[in-house]
Amino acid sequence: MTDLLYSQEEDALRAAVRDLLTDHCTAADVAARAESAAPHDLDLWKSLAQSMGLAGLLIPEALGGQGAGHREAAVVLEELGRAVAPVPYLTSAVVATEALLGCGDEELLGRLATGRTIGVLAVGLHLGPGTPVPVARLEDGTLHGELTGIADAAVADVLLVPADDGGLYAVAAEAVTRTPQVSLDLTRPLATVTLDGASGRRLGDAEPAVRRALRVAAGLLASEQLGLADWALTETVRYLKERKQFNRPVGGFQALKHRLAQLWLEVVNLRAAARAAADALATGADTDITVAVAQAYAAPVAVRAAEEALQLHGGIGMTWEHPVHLCLKRAKADSLAYGTAGRHREALAELVDLRAP
Amino acid sequence: MSDAGELRDRTREFLAAHPPGRTERLDFLRARFDAGLAWVHYPEGLGGLGAPRSLQAVVDAELEAAGAPDNDPRRIGIGLGMAAPTILQYGTEEQKRRLLRPLWTGEEVWCQLFSEPGAGSDLAALGTRAVREGDDWVVNGQKVWTSSAHLARWAILIARTDPAVPKHQGITYFVCDMTDPGVEVRPLRQITGEAEFNEVFLTDVRIPDSRRLGAVGEGWRVAQTTLNNERVAIGGMRLPREGGMIGPVAKTWRERPELRTHDLHQRLLKLWVEAEVARLTGERLRQQLTVGQPGPEGAGMKLAFARLNQEISGLEVELRGEEGLLYDDWTMRRPELVDFTGRDAGYRYLRAKGNSIEGGTSEVLLNIVAERVLGLPAESRTDKDVAWKDLAR
Repeated sequence: MTDLLYSQEEDALRAAVRDLLTDHCTAADVAARAESAAPHDLDLWKSLAQSMGLAGLLIPEALGGQGAGHREAAVVLEELGRAVAPVPYLTSAVVATEALLGCGDEELLGRLATGRTIGVLAVGLHLGPGTPVPVARLEDGTLHGELTGIADAAVADVLLVPADDGGLYAVAAEAVTRTPQVSLDLTRPLATVTLDGASGRRLGDAEPAVRRALRVAAGLLASEQLGLADWALTETVRYLKERKQFNRPVGGFQALKHRLAQLWLEVVNLRAAARAAADALATGADTDITVAVAQAYAAPVAVRAAEEALQLHGGIGMTWEHPVHLCLKRAKADSLAYGTAGRHREALAELVDLRAP
Repeated sequence: MSDAGELRDRTREFLAAHPPGRTERLDFLRARFDAGLAWVHYPEGLGGLGAPRSLQAVVDAELEAAGAPDNDPRRIGIGLGMAAPTILQYGTEEQKRRLLRPLWTGEEVWCQLFSEPGAGSDLAALGTRAVREGDDWVVNGQKVWTSSAHLARWAILIARTDPAVPKHQGITYFVCDMTDPGVEVRPLRQITGEAEFNEVFLTDVRIPDSRRLGAVGEGWRVAQTTLNNERVAIGGMRLPREGGMIGPVAKTWRERPELRTHDLHQRLLKLWVEAEVARLTGERLRQQLTVGQPGPEGAGMKLAFARLNQEISGLEVELRGEEGLLYDDWTMRRPELVDFTGRDAGYRYLRAKGNSIEGGTSEVLLNIVAERVLGLPAESRTDKDVAWKDLAR
């Protein structure tokens, strides 16, 4: 049966990640870094990926990883979501890793497991499992073309590029041109990857590897969205207990209390959905439906939580100084990432036989 | 007795001594109670073994496999879910021994005399009076929304024993014999056409002081036990995927492609997802209870199911097109159970409207979540320190 709780080990992992983020990933740090030339926090990435060994959670021990699983990775993503941490964990340690696991490429998996190499799947962030993806052209043994919307490409050491021969190719970052795109979410910035005769090593068939990677991405993104929503709710409740207008805490007004109670209910639901998806990915049981359910539910809840946080903070919520905008931008970007809720509902229509007219 | 294996053996021994096929249903249930296999977390001698609540599943699985009769829990939900925990916590030894066994076997049905026409969400404002006369209390007043009152032998009753103190302090909790003179039960017809509930008029009903539960003036605190258990019972049913109201809609959608429209499809998929997520949340809550770390999620389950039931059944009426304009039967009936699946979409739509009212309105539950779970400031109250007799009404 689906295990929807957190184990003691998972609680301990959460506590360790949260401690690190509390000390080294404050909202002020993230906001200041977001507009700099180096929006990613590579020192934080080093602590998470190398010192704590989290880059290899999904990689078998025999290949240098931790041999843990999706449930643990989900807990890490919850915490990274809470902090809107600008690190390539989802893109490298989850998505690229799953693509490589799909191809069985031991050499690159070993490198990603150490955290010293960052891998990025060169598929637009908005594309979900089962949708066709843009590919590079393979001409005379080298790769050509332009791929847009590639999250975290700026810090990638190696890009995993699908090509028109049906293969997935490992391409060194130095062999391509990466042009930053001005992104809605500055903490997970996008870039255009231009290939102009880049050489690559064929890892295997792209379609199954990309499908696998994007399915895990969609399923575990729900945990990041849970972290975002949980932060937005907790922070708003805290603020409304302190903020006084009309000679009383505004959190005592029933109109606001009901909105927060409703939001709490949605976060509680999202936790169950996200745990179910992580567990289904770990066990392989009922995975397609559970992932689609989680992603169809998670995105609107995370966005609403962030939007409610902004509105209920009043004017301060509209400022660059207050961290709620980081949460809102991430939540809104996440609602497009790896397929919108609507796309996942369309997938469900087939999966559970509730077909369109 | 905290070991699953030991309990399994004990259940098998019991089944060997009382083979379900050759034992009268009531004899079997009484014997099961006496063997401590009724509710294992209750004390020995009162239908239990003082075992962890989670071990009941072991007993139930053995009994089900053997084809044993059950006590028809849906029919006696108020007794099992609300009266019993309250009697267990506040009853005297004599009360527990007299009342719990026939309650559990279903020989004696229970109902709940709490709500009044003038005391709904503000239950503590209730005006039914109980006045002490010798060894008895003489009770006068009117109760409402009483399911099973027409079937019940007993009622849990809260009444005002001291009007001169603030409303929460002057209430006392009683067990009322529904066969006593002065108890009059009248059906209360609902928007569905049937009468699931009753109005109960109490006129000079004499209740012996020995049927008081808890101390005089402590009734509000005793009632909290009842109400907390009610909310758990309402939100806590275990469901398979598509096990709730979404089931009949999904079935109709699959079987009747001619009814499909794009708008309905979008709404159906959204509700299907929400129903599945609510089911997972219920499952998560049960897993928390099993490992003994109950979360506050229970408070939200009733809220979620109320809204979902209403939206899903509303969609279902629309989906049925021309048939959505019809209704299966307006005949005034007195059902023993609320059965959502035995009737048409129109009935489900109308009956589900009660889900956000019965057992605490959704508005009151949102207040409870906001104050008890999120710790937000309570509503400012003007009624807490005023004697009940001086309140505006």
